[in-house]
Amino acid sequence: MEFNNYISESCVIEDNAVFLSGENSFILDDANFSEFSKAVYKKFEIEYPKFFKMDNLSKLAFLSAELLLKEVVQSNEQENDIAVVFANRSSSLDTDVKYQESIASKDNYFPSPAVFVYTLPNICIGEISIKNNLKSENAFFVFEEFPAEFMMHYANNLLESEKAEKVLCGWTELYKENYRAVVYLVEKTSSNSFSKEHNIETIKQLYTNTLWTL
Amino acid sequence: MDALKQELKSKIIEVLNLEDIAVEDINDNDALFGDGLGLDSIDALELIVLLDKDYGIKLTDPKEGKNIFQSIDTMAAYITANRTK
Repeated sequence: MEFNNYISESCVIEDNAVFLSGENSFILDDANFSEFSKAVYKKFEIEYPKFFKMDNLSKLAFLSAELLLKEVVQSNEQENDIAVVFANRSSSLDTDVKYQESIASKDNYFPSPAVFVYTLPNICIGEISIKNNLKSENAFFVFEEFPAEFMMHYANNLLESEKAEKVLCGWTELYKENYRAVVYLVEKTSSNSFSKEHNIETIKQLYTNTLWTL
Repeated sequence: MDALKQELKSKIIEVLNLEDIAVEDINDNDALFGDGLGLDSIDALELIVLLDKDYGIKLTDPKEGKNIFQSIDTMAAYITANRTK
């Protein structure tokens, strides 16, 4: 079944650069992810000290969602009806490994509660939901590759069944220094002049960061 | 005792990832939770690990933490009285 939904905003973060709806908004050379994510936080004047307690996957997902939603979410005083559907390949492996290292030695057995809480990939959705007062549907899937068709059907279903007014979709992959976030907002109406039809082709173009330049 | 208090402030900032907070910003009697430094329940668990790892103190009753972690003053006093390393 075909639905006429639209992609209205996007944020891509990769290779130490941020692209908002296709436009290169920030780049930082010669930095690791920790330095880069902190620089993005400062550059876009985000004020949320809990950011610095997050693991790297949550930082990546949080930044990509935050930069996109700052134009969409006017206030977090009231509940915002935006569902979140994310996926990635490595789940929370980056933090899982760090946690395992902290419990590997019987002589130095001091597991960190603050690390342990991030040993699930969907925690990053929780961070986004807390910040933006989202209490809507959310799901995090683990796939080998970006599941464009799956994401399209899932978002369409949420909108058509009126589970949410908008759906924040994304691929948020991170393992060690290899990372990539592609996050986009799907809604029923064409809310701005940049809106693109929500279909397989546009989602694939979005994933390769070529959608807005065509 | 003063050296221990300075050490605690430094460790808390590092272990709890308190960005943009310096040792000088924390007063000895500031509340660590609530309106003070604004620490949360996960931070409390991290402080329990810190006591164990760095000072050899195992808290058997987590409820004790409420009194111990009131401020730098109370933490330093408890550590001085109970440390094994």
